[in-house]
Amino acid sequence: MKDANAALLSNFEVFQLLTDLKQQRKDSGKHKQSSGQQNLNTIMYETLKYISKTPCRFQSPEIVRDFLIAMKGHKLTKAEKLQLLNHRPMTAVEIQLMVEESEERLTEEQIESLLQTVSSILPGNPEEELQRQATMAAEEDDDPE
Amino acid sequence: MFVLVEMMDTVRIPPWQFEMKLNDSIAEELNKKLANKVVYNVGLCICLYDITKLEDSYIFPGDGASHTKVHFRYVVFHPFLDEILIGEIKGCSQDGVHVSLGFFDDIVIPPESLQQPAKFDEAEQVWVWEYETEEGAHDLYMDTGEEIRFRIVDESFVDTSPTGPSSTEASTSGATEEVQKKEAPYTLVGSISEPGLGLLSWWTNS
Repeated sequence: MKDANAALLSNFEVFQLLTDLKQQRKDSGKHKQSSGQQNLNTIMYETLKYISKTPCRFQSPEIVRDFLIAMKGHKLTKAEKLQLLNHRPMTAVEIQLMVEESEERLTEEQIESLLQTVSSILPGNPEEELQRQATMAAEEDDDPE
Repeated sequence: MFVLVEMMDTVRIPPWQFEMKLNDSIAEELNKKLANKVVYNVGLCICLYDITKLEDSYIFPGDGASHTKVHFRYVVFHPFLDEILIGEIKGCSQDGVHVSLGFFDDIVIPPESLQQPAKFDEAEQVWVWEYETEEGAHDLYMDTGEEIRFRIVDESFVDTSPTGPSSTEASTSGATEEVQKKEAPYTLVGSISEPGLGLLSWWTNS
């Protein structure tokens, strides 16, 4: 063991790595698969299954880079930015969970601005997005100004 | 929840694999050794990230295989303290709520870290949050299969390497009982006692 904590990885990076590895193994053909590879197969399958349900499946290296640049002004720690990236929080309550002592460090406007940045740069589930927009449009029609 | 861990190990490549590219056979051996295994005080190893340095390969007398010292980085599941994770409820017991991530099962949320007040429903074997509003108490059940958001509050590593032969008197009867407790090498303790934590369905507005 040299360094047990060399770097934090985002779900997106692990997602990319496992997807590439899966493709590589598929391309190299089945004859190389010895029984010893069963553990690798199992863990890859289960981990990919889990991460594929998270927002990282809609991300790309450019999106991650844009997100980190946008986060620069907000004075968050690496771990906090990582959680926002992995979870794509949509509510103030979620932000408060992921940012330590958020009541002291962030005002309500700052939390709103964080939510704005997160939802505008990080893509969500396209189907859910359409649904949300439809509900929001319906609500606007309900209360006439 | 994933970290990159720098490791170093000596990899043994048997002669029948010499036709493979060295990097490929080393990658295969490392994955065979570490994938889906827990390394004490490090975490659950997922897969090889890259090989950073290969030292010279040696063949020792008496063994036709080559031995190579390898420096590499491995992707490991090791959530940090206070990290927020989302998992699935696997079941409930007196010990608390058991949560799984699919690739990692040993997560437990003890009764004291549930949203209070909570009670254990013996008949259904499920924990229940007795949520109070002005209208009265609502019973929110923590059913199996539900998605749950929780915070990591503790972790514990248990060294499960085999101990040497014990010096206690061996029983003379034929069948010696194997008193081996199956302990999970790596367990996580979670908590949901904050606003926003618990079943996802408790906090969605729609």
